[in-house]
Amino acid sequence: MTETANTISLEALKTGDREAFARLVDETSVHIYRVALQILGDDQDAEDVLQETYIKAFRALPDFEGRSSLTTWLYRIAVNEALMLVRKRKPQTISVEENTPFDAEAESDEMEIVDFCCLPEGELLSSESRRFLEQAVQNLPANLRVAFVMRDMEEFSIQETAEALNLSKNNVKTRLLRARLRLRQELSVYFGGKIQKESRR
Amino acid sequence: MSEHVQTPKCKQLLGSLSEYIDGDLQAELCAEIEEHLKDCDNCRIVVNTLRKTVELYKQTTEPVGLPDAVRERLFLKLELKDFLKKV
Repeated sequence: MTETANTISLEALKTGDREAFARLVDETSVHIYRVALQILGDDQDAEDVLQETYIKAFRALPDFEGRSSLTTWLYRIAVNEALMLVRKRKPQTISVEENTPFDAEAESDEMEIVDFCCLPEGELLSSESRRFLEQAVQNLPANLRVAFVMRDMEEFSIQETAEALNLSKNNVKTRLLRARLRLRQELSVYFGGKIQKESRR
Repeated sequence: MSEHVQTPKCKQLLGSLSEYIDGDLQAELCAEIEEHLKDCDNCRIVVNTLRKTVELYKQTTEPVGLPDAVRERLFLKLELKDFLKKV
């Protein structure tokens, strides 16, 4: 996570100093845009979230209490905006079961057991595979996707992800496990098909 | 190729696999998983493919910059036009 925003005077930001705010925007906006893009998978939606994040941040800065870092606070606003947009566009993608405890019984049911690690890198990283990987992330329920994007794509720690998502560390771990298992399952089916095709030749 | 993960032990360990591949698991539980993996082909494949899944995403996440036009529209929206040139 970037901590560059720490070099900007918080006092200046809180009193509405526009130059300080412009610096904050320049130092953080690329990260906010990336996260929004990964969560939403759409340039225009990501741009809307980016703009809304800084509009809200500018309004809320005078009340910023510094309980988390400024960057974590910005991520939190951005993730909330992104999730609101997801709910608005696809209300069915946020389901109740995402908040239930991990159920090994249900998760282990019909697991695909295919050792796709043996496939050559060229196959695993082909442009077709990359498109599949992207789509698979977009198919995850939004709450799981957010945890996966923050932790495995943007490489935040569990602690940072928990702060940015306003969740407990255990909750982040459960969501991450679910997201990873679902993606593993999707990739197993996808690459399993390729292995079968290969063996028929 | 679909199968159930066979034993109660497999199911019990499933909940710890994410932390296991991150190296964040207590040594005792780690040892328990490793002992189980010696004898369980299915779980070994699940662990390897879970690790590979995470690796593939890290490998394919491309650095995205902020497009100039997006930055410009952002600054205009925030009434920060005067500061557009200072990058």
